[in-house]
Amino acid sequence: MFDTRRFFHGTIRFSSLIDTTKYLVVMGCVLWLLTLGTNRLGYNWQWYRIPKYFWTVGEQGVTWGPLVQGLGVTLQITAISMVLMLVIGMATAIFRMTDSWAARGTARTYMELIRNTPLLIQIFFIYFVLAPILGISPFWAAIIALSLFEGAYASEIFRAGITSIDKGQWEAAQGLGMNASATYRYIILPQAFRRVLPPMTSQAVSLVKDSALVSTIAILDLTQQGRMIDAETFLTFEIWFTVAAIYLAVTLALSGVVKILEKRFNGIKP
Amino acid sequence: MKNHRFRTIVPFLFLLAFLVGCGQQAPQQNDSGVKSHVSQLDTILKRGVIKVGFDTFKPWAMKDKSGKYIGFEIEVAERLAKDMGVKVEFVPTKWSGIIPALLTGKFDIIIGGMSITPQRNLKVNFSLPYEYTGMSVIASKKLASGRTLASEFNNPATTIAVRLGTTAAEVTKNYLPNAKILFFDEESQTIQELLNERVHAVVASNPLPLNLAKEYPEQLYLPFKEDFTREPIAFGIKKGDHDYLNWLNNWVLVTSSTGWLKNRYEYWFYTNDWENQIQ
Repeated sequence: MFDTRRFFHGTIRFSSLIDTTKYLVVMGCVLWLLTLGTNRLGYNWQWYRIPKYFWTVGEQGVTWGPLVQGLGVTLQITAISMVLMLVIGMATAIFRMTDSWAARGTARTYMELIRNTPLLIQIFFIYFVLAPILGISPFWAAIIALSLFEGAYASEIFRAGITSIDKGQWEAAQGLGMNASATYRYIILPQAFRRVLPPMTSQAVSLVKDSALVSTIAILDLTQQGRMIDAETFLTFEIWFTVAAIYLAVTLALSGVVKILEKRFNGIKP
Repeated sequence: MKNHRFRTIVPFLFLLAFLVGCGQQAPQQNDSGVKSHVSQLDTILKRGVIKVGFDTFKPWAMKDKSGKYIGFEIEVAERLAKDMGVKVEFVPTKWSGIIPALLTGKFDIIIGGMSITPQRNLKVNFSLPYEYTGMSVIASKKLASGRTLASEFNNPATTIAVRLGTTAAEVTKNYLPNAKILFFDEESQTIQELLNERVHAVVASNPLPLNLAKEYPEQLYLPFKEDFTREPIAFGIKKGDHDYLNWLNNWVLVTSSTGWLKNRYEYWFYTNDWENQIQ
């Protein structure tokens, strides 16, 4: 609760006053820069033209505008990619920790290849080179590119999570006569899952933001819809502020869901 | 916890209020700036350099072997600068962002084969047209062979690639509303899609379709004999600057009357004499 009584009766500490002042000064500087920028720009803001791109109310009821439709495509692509990212990440992490030389080599090659090349190039490569040969639709080309890219990072997070589990846990499982898959399933992964949850959240947030890049291969996602409205109306700043705000809302919602998950898992300490 | 949240949110609210507030103030400041008779023309003359915004479209503007820009627009810009008595500075800009870049003062003028459209005219002022261009369709022989009518392309089974933000994009939406349209950022990507046989056709301004048909006679063909639009091409400048606009309009009149514009247009669009400069 915001404790108004304490605030007004002079019991706030001096240090917090200084902190607040510093914070306000920084924010003031940001505002000052923004004012300066917009004044020099002389930009003609037309925010009133934006709402109709969300929805319009006609005779047949509500019609969704391009921004909402684009958001739908973005959510669809990120949802499927997220599942694939977890599958690919998990498989790669386990491959990298097996005794098989071939599995380790494959996983390692995949990871280094993906992590050391730009996502945009990978999207172009899959869309313009691989997709015509293999007959992949643009939608799935985008999903494959995204999940491969994010999967490489997810695998490192999984690996870190698994290796962080105390050696005693493995030994205890072995002592109970469990085989490798049972050990992973009942002992290691449930504990690792809790540890990888925070870094995996930022990976999921990255996925949502990186999905904007699929607009370059003519997929009508949120960014592409924004670009098309921009190309037609030249409401550049209004559109991009709005699109950024929608992405922010999606990623904040995602983080919020994970916060709830984290709270639940922390309640049942082993 | 709540306390912190409160403190973080308040500045954001301020920011928001500020941005909304700007909406009312900015245009007035803009107007008063122009009314005080500081024409962009004077700014350019004082600076001694005119900054020209454009994007590469063959043969409007392209890079030659040494990396220098050449093309019809480049020659027009150089002549314009010479007649103004200033140097010219080229500012290559992505086509879809070219109008915002002009409005925010990244350059003084758009000389980029830009056709006049009412929507664009709401944001910028156009000079008199100094040239006309037409839209044409280039189609894949394998996917769309034998089609010669617009109606044969106007169905949901046909996919057409266009460059985002061009009049080709608008024209395609108007003429072929039932076709599936894919929007790409670069002309090269639309051509790539066509050559990969993933789209039936590409709509673009001439002479690109003409040149493509010559370059890939095995794969591509021109379904229509004639261009299906005739669009006026003009210089784009910021709104409300009459001195500047007047100068440009009269430049177009004078240069057209001497035949120089027509001569250069024919050189770049109907001859291949310049091909050896870029290959």
